[in-house]
Amino acid sequence: MSAVIDHPGGHAVDHSHDHEHGAPHGWRRWLYATNHKDIGTMYLLFSFTMLMVGGVLALLIRAELFQPGLQFVNPQMFNQFTTMHGLIMVFGAIMPAFVGFANWMIPLQIGAGDMAFARMNNFSFWLLIPAAIMLVGSFFMPGGAPAAGWTLYAPLTLQMGPSMDAGIFAMHIMGASSIMGSINIIVTILNMRAPRMTLMKMPLFCWTWLITAYLLIAVMPVLAGAITMTLTDRHFGTHFFNPAGGGDPVMYQHIFWFFGHPEVYIMILPAFGIVSAIIPAFARKRLFGYTSMVYATASIAILSFIVWAHHMFTTGMPVTGQLFFMYATMLIAVPTGVKIFNWTATMWRGSMTFETPMLFAVGFLFVFSMGGFTGLILAMAPIDIQLQDTYYVVAHFHYVLVAGSLFALFAGVYYWGPKWTGTMYDETRGKIHFWWSLISFNVTFFPMHFLGLAGMPRRYADYPMQFADFNMLASVGAFFFGFAQVYFFLFIVVPMMRGQGVAAPKQPWEGAEGLEWELPSPAPFHTFETPPKLNASATKILA
Amino acid sequence: MMTMKARLQNVGQRVGQLSLIVGATLASHAALAVGNLPGGPAVNQLDLHPPVTQIAADQRWLHYFMLVICTVIFIGVFGVMFYSIFQHRKSKGAKPANFHESTTVEIIWTIVPFIIVILMALPATKTVVAMKDTSAADVTIKATGVQWKWGYDYLNGEGEGIGFVSTLDVSQREASDTGKPQPVDDYLLKVDNPLVVPVDKKIRIITTASDVIHAFMVPSFGIKQDAIPGFVRDTWFRAEKTGDYYGQCAELCGKEHAYMPIHVKVLSQADYTQWVNGKKKEMAALADDPAKVWALPDLMARGEKVYAANCAACHQANGKGGGPIKPLDGSPVVLDADKGKQVHVVLNGQNNGAMPAWKQLSDTEIAAVVTFTKNNWSNKTGQVVQPSEVVAARK
Repeated sequence: MSAVIDHPGGHAVDHSHDHEHGAPHGWRRWLYATNHKDIGTMYLLFSFTMLMVGGVLALLIRAELFQPGLQFVNPQMFNQFTTMHGLIMVFGAIMPAFVGFANWMIPLQIGAGDMAFARMNNFSFWLLIPAAIMLVGSFFMPGGAPAAGWTLYAPLTLQMGPSMDAGIFAMHIMGASSIMGSINIIVTILNMRAPRMTLMKMPLFCWTWLITAYLLIAVMPVLAGAITMTLTDRHFGTHFFNPAGGGDPVMYQHIFWFFGHPEVYIMILPAFGIVSAIIPAFARKRLFGYTSMVYATASIAILSFIVWAHHMFTTGMPVTGQLFFMYATMLIAVPTGVKIFNWTATMWRGSMTFETPMLFAVGFLFVFSMGGFTGLILAMAPIDIQLQDTYYVVAHFHYVLVAGSLFALFAGVYYWGPKWTGTMYDETRGKIHFWWSLISFNVTFFPMHFLGLAGMPRRYADYPMQFADFNMLASVGAFFFGFAQVYFFLFIVVPMMRGQGVAAPKQPWEGAEGLEWELPSPAPFHTFETPPKLNASATKILA
Repeated sequence: MMTMKARLQNVGQRVGQLSLIVGATLASHAALAVGNLPGGPAVNQLDLHPPVTQIAADQRWLHYFMLVICTVIFIGVFGVMFYSIFQHRKSKGAKPANFHESTTVEIIWTIVPFIIVILMALPATKTVVAMKDTSAADVTIKATGVQWKWGYDYLNGEGEGIGFVSTLDVSQREASDTGKPQPVDDYLLKVDNPLVVPVDKKIRIITTASDVIHAFMVPSFGIKQDAIPGFVRDTWFRAEKTGDYYGQCAELCGKEHAYMPIHVKVLSQADYTQWVNGKKKEMAALADDPAKVWALPDLMARGEKVYAANCAACHQANGKGGGPIKPLDGSPVVLDADKGKQVHVVLNGQNNGAMPAWKQLSDTEIAAVVTFTKNNWSNKTGQVVQPSEVVAARK
């Protein structure tokens, strides 16, 4: 019964199999879970919990910055908030949310019975729990949580208290979890597609995740290496990054951003996949340029490995280095532009309706593109010298991470939520959530462009008075944005999970195509136990 | 190119005027009494700082150039999308078309953006090369980031040999802690000793740091250069106007990251020469004779100043420390009869640099501050540490 907590009508589904292989009951169902749907649900609930924790930290930051002067916390505590906000949102909220989507949707979309390695799937989820506890618990360790920024630059990390070690260990565990998740996704996609579901017929969400999974396997070990070297510098007398012993702090940055830049695409490529499913569905028209979308995704992934040092223009690279990374970074705009054009062409001469998933998808395009353009501006090394480490960068990456990844995740929840729970969300509430989020998001982050242009550095607990008004505006927006997400959970997600609402039909969206819509809603506990027979376009099951 | 440049600058001025109007209307009670800080941020500033160097002017031009191109593309793409959103809706009876592929179109919209981004990056190339050319400087100054202050040493050119430390005004730091700082134009930007340079001279700034990474940033000059411990990097500027210019540390460097501003005073050549002469005399007068034997009250008075400038940021004015920072008031090391123990900690640091080494202070300063802590608050040891003892401890 999938994401349904307590759904009285649920047992009617798929009787023939439920007798032997029905959902286990009680805590065992979740702790011993091997079902991709249950694990997907747990991933999604976990990531929402972390979104709330990270969100509270964000609001504490914005409360402190509401006015000049320190009203609530000391600067050390402030640095802990910014650091933990970043780590929790990246590793706890956004990444696991996409893995949750992958767990739910990839087997349904390719006609597979489950994920390839069901027990490893269980393990990769349950590893997240101790990691999250360790990360959040670090606030209660002596000296407080890590306060070196989410990028954990050496040698500042060498000055941190014991919580730094807890943070490093937590990230090791989360990295292991991500790698296991990625292996699972790759093997599932490559080996478990139903007959006739060729790679180039797969839904784009599966393609983006396949490429993302390779990125994860390539770069998570790099992060693990960087933080392990930090760990040995801290405790075992090595000097990888400690200049006092001949180490090089800039080397840390190179290693970190060799992970960090692909990481950015890890958090956005699956979002592209979700949007690529939604826009054709609500335009009632096939996705324009499927093949070029696949190639564009792959090009972005490959280019992401050769642009890392654009995060480091102010470290003092040689002139050739600056030029190389500037040009390479500008090139990423090309495949990203192709995607935007393809989505626009998909909408062109379609027959569009604007239910909440479509609103979030179009909102995504609009706001994400703004983040893309500021990215292009930041890629110009001379401008970056002015804007690096200012609020302009904060505005830029929130435009791509919140308005990009998070909005796409919301779009996906509205789009596939009826399939998961068997209940339609309330359309009016969905629209309220969208407009409330879109407006408050822009009120929060748009003024940050101005703060950055005017030279306000990021990670500042207090600031010159001239920056006061825009900070106040951003803080007000942030609180509205935060409450919008509480509203989303309490008034949209919870009613869906409890089955309060109209029962979802098998195919709630007129124009949606794909195997998931061939299944009843909610999707039965076991699906595709035998490979389905597919039509030529691999979008329908033949009787 | 030039006309376009001029036109863009015109646009820039208009944006600036608009910013003033918007700023005036937005002004809330928090910023009520705050005015623009020339050389620093303006109230609700919407744009980069008015440039004072050629590099900053180029950066500003590049930014307008990018902004215009991006805005045009944005309006173009989303114009098409919104036209489609309003026209091709089901509620208006739109029937879906069937097309979903066109190799020609795909090739065009891959190649055209490719050409556009290359054209965007070309004008930036010249500026990158100019930014990195630090040769033939008139004055070379080393800026050392220290948690949480800047040390300036004039290495070359007029003023060679001058060196001093620049710290945020203590009253402003305290005002920040109260939570209700008085509205002043240079809040968190006022320092005790600004960096002084001559106008129209190529100034090369060599950056380094003694603990963690800091970044030396002055927006009006268009410079930002990380100061990396154990390494030296450089940047340069040639200020075209005299005046005061402000910046802040731009790389997270720990607790007091927001409290290590940069203030550069650009003087005319004559004024600069005068400042150099004055500064040299002052330094000669200040140079302490480490063989001098001090009396307790004099040493206490000197130590109090050293403490306020170097130690109070962490250990607090009341000597109680806080969080991971150890208290000095009642500390066994401070109270120990063996004076050498505390001198050793001050000279060499402790706990992996959580307590940094203070070797860079003079013998007299270390003697004074150790004596001060040994005889202040509830610490009443009566011990006096003479500079000669510090000289001995250094060996």
